[in-house]
Amino acid sequence: MPDTFVLIAGRTSRQGTSLNESKFGAEYLEETQTLWMNSADLTALGLKPGERVRVRSAWGSAEVTVQADKRGELPPGVVFLAYGDVSSRLMGGDTHGTGMPDSKGIDVTIERLVPA
Amino acid sequence: MSATQTDLRIVENATCTFCGCVCDDMVLKVQGERIIEAKNACVLGKAWFLNHHAEDRPVALVEGKPASLDEAVERAAQILVTAKYPVVYGLSDTTCEAQRIAVAIADWIGGCVDTTTSVCHGPSGMAFQGVGEVTCSLGEVKNRADLVVFWGCNPAESHPRHMTRYSTMPRGLFVPKGRKDRTVVLVDVRRTKTAPAADVFLQIKPRKDFEALWALRALVKGMPVSPQIEQETGIPLAQLQELAERMKNCKFGVLFFGMGLSMTRGKHLNVEAALALARDLNQYTKFYIKPMRGHGNVTGADNVVSWQTGYPFGVNLARGFPRFNPGEYTTADLLARGEADAALIVASDPLANFPQPAREHLRRIPYVALDPKETPTTRHATVAFTTAVYGINVTGTVYRMDDVPIRLRPALPSRYPSDEEVLRRIERRIRQLLAIGVCPEKDGSGNHGRGN
Repeated sequence: MPDTFVLIAGRTSRQGTSLNESKFGAEYLEETQTLWMNSADLTALGLKPGERVRVRSAWGSAEVTVQADKRGELPPGVVFLAYGDVSSRLMGGDTHGTGMPDSKGIDVTIERLVPA
Repeated sequence: MSATQTDLRIVENATCTFCGCVCDDMVLKVQGERIIEAKNACVLGKAWFLNHHAEDRPVALVEGKPASLDEAVERAAQILVTAKYPVVYGLSDTTCEAQRIAVAIADWIGGCVDTTTSVCHGPSGMAFQGVGEVTCSLGEVKNRADLVVFWGCNPAESHPRHMTRYSTMPRGLFVPKGRKDRTVVLVDVRRTKTAPAADVFLQIKPRKDFEALWALRALVKGMPVSPQIEQETGIPLAQLQELAERMKNCKFGVLFFGMGLSMTRGKHLNVEAALALARDLNQYTKFYIKPMRGHGNVTGADNVVSWQTGYPFGVNLARGFPRFNPGEYTTADLLARGEADAALIVASDPLANFPQPAREHLRRIPYVALDPKETPTTRHATVAFTTAVYGINVTGTVYRMDDVPIRLRPALPSRYPSDEEVLRRIERRIRQLLAIGVCPEKDGSGNHGRGN
């Protein structure tokens, strides 16, 4: 199992519908602060669905809730996050001369947050 | 209960402006100030229409305090006129009529004008300039396409009616059996909700689109490709060969690509490879390629900015003539490098989706924001205008993702001004402050030159 995961940020139906209600609402915040990963990766990290983890990229870090991908959507080593505040925290400012920050395919590490 | 609240109206052929599909066959049931039913809308469209309600916010806030429209316009104009390197950004969720005034403002104040395209399909715009786009309308796809390839996009969640209205399910003139007459291929890193709708799903490794597309180009031309391509891309050579043959042998093929290409490492080079593949295929058959555009009128923003400046996004007007340079004049860069000293943000929310260094700088500078709803960007704005919603409250022109312009049929009036009206007032005040003649009949005509 890789130490580093590849983060894909993207749209989801729930993110799209909940932003119409409010970007400060509970549903939008939950959707954009949930990290989805392959269930085998989750097990290998000793994590359970619903646990809090810290995701760290070369540019920033954020706390999220981790969930197992139930539909087999994600291959091992790939994690997914809906666009929002957290995905922005993990993106760097360099656009490599394109105007477009690296928003998909970001290398990240994941560590369990010790409950306070 | 008042008569207004009980009055039930039906608005036919209304347009949903949530995503780039811009579906114009909505049937809205309106009661009082609410839309209570949105027939034909997808899950995103229903959320767009049914969550619309009369806002209870001031028409403007200056430094967080309620202000009159006149006070807010004055402060906004002062911020933009006194800035040394302002940027006008956003524009994808408003009408073309508002967009053209925003470009005019950037022109008057000698700033940059950039749209959400730069953090969406901006790299695709660069690739179009390098390779060209073999293009068609969604109507042609509906009536002719017998092979539809989705690459790095997830229409089931991002554009829910794309497949049912245009690309996969509908019966067309030359595909009378609809879905049965089409082959649908999905290429993606994730087995998304679009995968069950595809006949063939090719799961590609992250950041390997460029390699797979170039392998396909070689296979289409009959050149040898090493079986090691599977190790590189995750897709077996036999599956790539099969896809190449499908593409060469279809009657009318189309490749729809998403931000899986434009947001991943390689960016415009990934898109150039896809565009070149589509171009190559026209030696064998009819083959087209289209980007899956996101926001309701982001395609209109490309069109308007191109029409006004000659370039689609990332345009600098400081010298009195337009200069285009993604990476230099694009907003994420202007902010992340700490260069912009003021901003006009129209109908977009960079504080919710820009990289952290850009967000931090935006919070440090004075900026003006226009948005119908409260967002992270409006909360931090020096001047925030609450505006009417395009398509629901306001008429105007929007462009569908295939560059087809559509006129909006609003369902409800609003007590808030439109983006166009607010921008027009700001533009007029800017011209007064710059001592440029104000001609009320010709506001917002664009491409003026600074005149000072």
